[in-house]
Amino acid sequence: MPHVSVVMVRMALLWWGVGFTLGGLTLANKGLSFHGGVWTLRTGHIFVLLVGWLVQFSAGVAVWIMPRLVHPGVVTGSGDRGDLRLAWLCCVALNAGVALMALHAPLVWLGGGDVPALRWMPALAGVLWLIAIAAFVANVWPRVRPVIEPLTMTVKE
Amino acid sequence: MYPQARFYIRTALIYLVLAFVVAALVLINQSTAQDGRLSALQPVFYHLLMVGWATQLIGGVALWMLPPYSREKPRGDERLGWGAYAALNAGLILRVIAEPLNAWQPGRALGIALVLSAVLQVIAAWLLVIALWPRVRRRITPEPQSRSSQRGGC
Repeated sequence: MPHVSVVMVRMALLWWGVGFTLGGLTLANKGLSFHGGVWTLRTGHIFVLLVGWLVQFSAGVAVWIMPRLVHPGVVTGSGDRGDLRLAWLCCVALNAGVALMALHAPLVWLGGGDVPALRWMPALAGVLWLIAIAAFVANVWPRVRPVIEPLTMTVKE
Repeated sequence: MYPQARFYIRTALIYLVLAFVVAALVLINQSTAQDGRLSALQPVFYHLLMVGWATQLIGGVALWMLPPYSREKPRGDERLGWGAYAALNAGLILRVIAEPLNAWQPGRALGIALVLSAVLQVIAAWLLVIALWPRVRRRITPEPQSRSSQRGGC
């Protein structure tokens, strides 16, 4: 498993725990209504689990497990995983966006409702996720192909 | 595929079916306006799908496919995986029962059931994180000569 996949899968596991904890708090509050503001954590719960956990875990595993690139005429053993700087860019941008979204709701709650000064946070998260996904797709796209044995260059469907 | 992963994945498939049974009920009810109370099943559908199906399927596949913990104990401490399985499903089933009932007729017992469901699901998530964490790592053993077995390879 390449280093970037290790980081992405471990970050996904952390966001998984965090997302379930946020969801657990909102569910428990649904049951016992111990604090009205806890409901604001719901947005963070959804984005942390969907993007931080589900998307990041899938992307990290895809970078690890998709067929490697084999360059005709160049014997590179088992091939390579393409430009892993793209995967690192995905990792950094995606986690920065998730962190922004995880922080946004509680900060708004602490600010007592709609806080115009914090509106940049979801917007920036959206741009960061767009960059992250573009970088991920750019890395993985050429690797979605039939398996080519490097020595014989025969194609296996 | 070893038994624990099979339990996770088969249970996930059962939740997938249940989720779409609930979805059909909610959507048919939205079109026919038979009983407004059925809209309380919408969060049940989301969580059957995302926790029961998606999370449990990914958890099962991860337990199966991630690099082995060691030669002696390839899957590490399997009790963590079983604990997570029990807590996740107990928590989810409790939620599926208590959440709509609490929406229809709120009561303290149902509220406590929701809190218990939340606690169980949070415990399950962190148990799985602990179980999987040491298996997410770079290869530390030399490349095997045979490429016949790709499962869990780098």
